[in-house]
Amino acid sequence: MSTSLSAKTPQIAVRTVDLGKTFGKGEGTVHALKGVNFEALCGELLMIVGPSGCGKTTLLSVICGTLGHDTGSVTVFGQDLAQLSSGKLTAFRGKNVGFVFQQFNLIPTWNAVENVSVPLLLNGSSTADAQSASAELLHDVGIGDKLHALPTELSGGQQQRVAIARALVHKPRLLICDEPTAALDAASGRKVLELIKTRVCSPERCVIVVTHDSRIFPFADRIAEMEDGQMKAVHSAGEWKALYV
Amino acid sequence: MLRLALKMLFGDRAKYGMLVCGLSFCALLMSQQTSVFCGLLLWTTATVRNIRVPIWVADSKVEQANEVVSMREIEVQRVRSVPGVQWAVPLFWGIQQARLPDGTFQAIQLTGLDGASLVGRPAIMRSGRIEDLRLPNAVIVDQVAISKFAKRGIQLKIGTVFEINDKEARVVGICETQRSFLGQPYVFTTYSRALEYAPPQRKLLSFILVQPKPEQDPAALVRRISQCSGLRAFESDTFSWGTLMWYVRNTGIPISFGTVVLLGLVVGIAIAGQTFYLFVHENMRFLAALKAMGATFQVLAQMVLLQAFTVGFIGYGIGVGIAAIFGNLVLQKGEPPFYMPWQILVFTGGVILIICSLSAAVGLVKVARTEAAMVFK
Ligand SMILES: Nc1ncnc2c1ncn2[C@@H]1O[C@H](COP(=O)(O)OP(=O)(O)O)[C@@H](O)[C@H]1O
Ligand SMILES: [Mg+2]
Repeated sequence: MSTSLSAKTPQIAVRTVDLGKTFGKGEGTVHALKGVNFEALCGELLMIVGPSGCGKTTLLSVICGTLGHDTGSVTVFGQDLAQLSSGKLTAFRGKNVGFVFQQFNLIPTWNAVENVSVPLLLNGSSTADAQSASAELLHDVGIGDKLHALPTELSGGQQQRVAIARALVHKPRLLICDEPTAALDAASGRKVLELIKTRVCSPERCVIVVTHDSRIFPFADRIAEMEDGQMKAVHSAGEWKALYV
Repeated sequence: MLRLALKMLFGDRAKYGMLVCGLSFCALLMSQQTSVFCGLLLWTTATVRNIRVPIWVADSKVEQANEVVSMREIEVQRVRSVPGVQWAVPLFWGIQQARLPDGTFQAIQLTGLDGASLVGRPAIMRSGRIEDLRLPNAVIVDQVAISKFAKRGIQLKIGTVFEINDKEARVVGICETQRSFLGQPYVFTTYSRALEYAPPQRKLLSFILVQPKPEQDPAALVRRISQCSGLRAFESDTFSWGTLMWYVRNTGIPISFGTVVLLGLVVGIAIAGQTFYLFVHENMRFLAALKAMGATFQVLAQMVLLQAFTVGFIGYGIGVGIAAIFGNLVLQKGEPPFYMPWQILVFTGGVILIICSLSAAVGLVKVARTEAAMVFK
């Protein structure tokens, strides 16, 4: 599986060093991240797994800059996020990061094309350009016949495809997926991962998928195990198989 | 993005409808009520507008145009002698009882014009000639008289005879006037005959109407007349304005209308503000998703503001439109009063703008507070 990690040293997409994050003060303090160290590489599909509440979502939020961290550092494509002003950070995220959420978060009153076009519009494309690029991508992910359907007129799997198209349309180098299959049945979940594996993964792109859906583990290049706010271990796909399957 | 912002708004039929209804209602209530208020106030100055002379002189105790404190007739001579006065003529103006042919009574505003000049004559004659006022027992009545008499089954026309304080009055003409506050018809006659109609009193002169000399500054003349005669002189604009303000200060009219307008404001803010808050609140996770995807606060703010002002604009249009249609209908009937100067449109627009700004501000505070990270929840 880890063929993309070939002789040439791959570029590091995300690196965290002793990353710490706490929520709340006093008695209610929650140490969500307790010094997380890990790297994600361009060209790989990295899965982050671990029990509920171990800090996976928090880690993702910090990596993509929607949540600030308290200690340590996080670097994305060589850029230390702490160095960016909030405006620059938003722009950086808009340009470099794509999101696939557990609750697809498609805007209910917008049709598929309109939903997909949002990242392009936010990056300054014209409506016409954004819509034609979006329509093309929707064809690519297999729902070219649903361009003008509202999210409510689509099945869960189709909605997640729209969400994936939206995450990809502006060609981000980092794709972040938080439990992308949690709201889907097994078959749709598999299809979504197949789509990610075949259409999304590319040598210059890093895909990070947080999940606890063991059915999709086989799609990973590496699997990072989190526990209680720390990175317990990072396995290659082969090691993981040997250990747990 | 802005096009999509509108789609987001229009797509949410229920809230969009609610917002537009609330704002329309608010705009309607405010523009309609202020127009009725202005119309009502305008009625109070009907006499000033009907008589149309530059300067009015009255007893020093008079504060407004519907109040008569009679003066001695000699005052006309004294005013005439003030330098800068081109001419000055007497006016009798008072509420009298007319007795109709069927024996019932009707209050009228008896207006006695200077017989030689007929200064203060009605602007529009529907039929008859104003000069016929000089015939014996002649009066000219207005359109209000026609409709009031018609309600009692009497067709007022040239030649109709009725009585004012037991003395005969014969209609020689029909004119058009601006309706007065109490809605009593104007009955014009000459000054000297008006004194015959009115019950005998020591003083009967109601007002002195003055024209300044061509090169004379009216304001200065007003001051000079007041000084020289001890009477109170007004320019007609100040007189109208003073009359309006007198009613504003001394009657419950502003309070009752103010209450309704305030109610409109409160209802508008409550409905629009709350619905808009709900709208933003329910779209929060989507706004947060947009934020995560790189939408800056400015972009989101533009979207929210556009949404707020769009419903405001539509609501304003509908509300003011309905008020205007209402106005059009009632103006044909003449009642209730209705006067919608452009200031009312601006005022209503301003209030709607404020409501929308407040609603948007509430929404924006929420948007600003949203952690983009909430989309992962
Ligand atoms: N906004 C927050 N405020 C307070 N505590 C939080 C917040 N977000 C997460 N936490 C806490 O941080 C810990 C890690 O949460 P999370 O990253 O969502 O876990 P996971 O995604 O692995 O299930 C949990 O104990 C959670 O209760
Ligand atoms: Mg989670």
